[in-house]
Amino acid sequence: MSDTTTQLMHADAQSPESAGDVAIQNYTINFGPQHPAAHGVLRLVMEMDGEVIERIDPHVGLLHRGTEKLCEYKTYQQAIPYFDRLDYCSPMCMEHSFVLAIEKLLDLEVPVRGQYLRVFFAELTRIMNHMLNLGSHVMDVGAMTPNLWMFELREDLMNFYERASGARMHANYFRVGGVRQDVPLKLLTDIADWLDTRLPQLFGDAISLVAENRIFKQRNVDIAIVSREDALKWGFSGPMIRAAGLPWDLRKSQPYDVYDRMEFDVPVGTRGDCYDRFMVRVEEVYQSARIMKQCLNEMPDGPVLSLDRKVAVPHRAEMKRSMEALIHHFKLFTEGYHVPAGEVYVATESPKGEFGVFLVSDGSNKPYRVKIRPTAFSHLQAMDFMSRGHMLADTTAILGAMDIVFGECDR
Amino acid sequence: MRSSAPRYAPNDGVIDAATAAIGAALVEAQDKVGEVTLTVTRDGLIDAMIALRDTPGLEYQQLMEIAGVDYPEREERFDVCYHLLSVTRNHRLRVRVTAAEDTPVPSVTGLWPVANWLEREVYDMYGVLFDGHPDLRRILTDYGFRGHPFRKDFPLTGFVELRYSEEAKRVVYEPVKLAQDFRNFEFMSPWEGAQYVLPGDEKAAAATPPAAPPPAVPEAKGAPSPVTADQVVRADASTAPAKPDAHPGTGYGRSTDSRAETGAGEASPGNQKGEKPAESDVIPTKGAGQNQ
Repeated sequence: MSDTTTQLMHADAQSPESAGDVAIQNYTINFGPQHPAAHGVLRLVMEMDGEVIERIDPHVGLLHRGTEKLCEYKTYQQAIPYFDRLDYCSPMCMEHSFVLAIEKLLDLEVPVRGQYLRVFFAELTRIMNHMLNLGSHVMDVGAMTPNLWMFELREDLMNFYERASGARMHANYFRVGGVRQDVPLKLLTDIADWLDTRLPQLFGDAISLVAENRIFKQRNVDIAIVSREDALKWGFSGPMIRAAGLPWDLRKSQPYDVYDRMEFDVPVGTRGDCYDRFMVRVEEVYQSARIMKQCLNEMPDGPVLSLDRKVAVPHRAEMKRSMEALIHHFKLFTEGYHVPAGEVYVATESPKGEFGVFLVSDGSNKPYRVKIRPTAFSHLQAMDFMSRGHMLADTTAILGAMDIVFGECDR
Repeated sequence: MRSSAPRYAPNDGVIDAATAAIGAALVEAQDKVGEVTLTVTRDGLIDAMIALRDTPGLEYQQLMEIAGVDYPEREERFDVCYHLLSVTRNHRLRVRVTAAEDTPVPSVTGLWPVANWLEREVYDMYGVLFDGHPDLRRILTDYGFRGHPFRKDFPLTGFVELRYSEEAKRVVYEPVKLAQDFRNFEFMSPWEGAQYVLPGDEKAAAATPPAAPPPAVPEAKGAPSPVTADQVVRADASTAPAKPDAHPGTGYGRSTDSRAETGAGEASPGNQKGEKPAESDVIPTKGAGQNQ
């Protein structure tokens, strides 16, 4: 760590104490912005008393790209790919909030198969995100092997992404009115096989290495305990609020798409420490697999994209033969669709927590204002009170258990 | 609600309960698109928030988001929207205050510590000031950034760009230079009353003497090419009696074809399936995407 952090001694005059007194000064450490455990471009200005953290001032915004402003200059359809680039560890979940917000303003019905596919891929994305987070969390506290195994699973999931959408990360797969295109049957059967064999095997092995491991527990248990009151006050959501003991999951309490047909459990922590956050995510992976299996069993046949041609583009084959479809195609890819004036705030349960989109429309084909509610903003802000009194080495565990990605935090 | 957006507890009675709890500070309460928005006065914001958080039956424990919105044409140009969530009642609520550049909004950091960064962000992006905020610094923009980038009058390209200078051995800021003009496409068609000069019409617009009588109205639609959009509109107006504005007050009625007729911007506009004969030449493929 010594070459990536700089130590700045406070310009504090040496007090002429008597000999033998050790004058301990607070000093300030820059953690990041280039640090492997900072999970991106985070700069933490830490005030240390020896090895104990007295205060943390996170400096964010180093990855600020002005996504919200860029969206105001694009049509609704053109704005969707920006959402992939917010939380680049769980791209489809980001799209999910945005398309649901537009659909709410349009009051657009989505075909059932489209809803199932969106839920299916949202859960696949959740596993993908947790593979990265759990893996890097254990690596931040010193274990290497589980990370490699989980990255192997993540690689599988990215291949599934590619087979569905054509892209490994920035999928741009969700559409207003459904999803871009139907998936081949072989992909679904392959994912079913993967859920039955590879996931429980590799993931189970990886977690068995750390979950009961003495060193892992020493680094995580009772670190950064968050009470229920604090979790509410600080606007926590997702695994962070569940680890604090509140069974709050938007998929259960405010179901969207076909989540109300899914049967799954919401894991809840008991102590609210880093270990609980880790274990909540581990259990969520199994619950996501459960939801995906239900989707595979229940998914009906039918269209995957709305048949309302004023919003959803016609098939390309249809476009070649029908004048009407050609006109719609042209209009949708130049002008786009107009969304009725109004304001909505739509939040979904992204892998990291409540990811919301506040969409203001003025009735034109471009959003008037898109405000993105990142999960990381409230969690990272709590870093100060969560790490106060802990050791410097705990910072990585706390940060790893928060699950922060700066594409989303800084927008 | 036909869309599959998140479904939370119904809004029934929320406005009445909130009106009773907030009292005189409430300016307006509306329930649109399934979401309740309360507009309150700036001075009454803190008391209203305490009431919304602590009154039994309202219980909005969590502040999830503070969003700024800019309406430059208004006198108090900014909206600050607070999004509250009740985890016990499973309900969401939006509280809105308006502000100008020099009228600070009272800070709610005392009620919800999470408001600290959220208010800093609104300040950074819009320049809305928050009274009583402990640490109102910029948060997302660069150290030493000037201006408030999300205001509508701030250009998308910004004013400065930075690069690493080999001569100065540091990052330097320079005025932004665009190799190509910023392209902003206007999709409003001329017949819907677009407010711009069509390519090729610049000369026609420039040749018109400013004090001359109004330019000749073309005799019929489809007149020779250099005719501006408003000339066509005038031609329409001279032949057909003026139609009443389909949407008075919305500003959409400035065209010959109002949106009510074109169906633009509606969820299921006029082109319903039932109104049209089935297309005999389209062979639907069974559940297959275009690439299969």
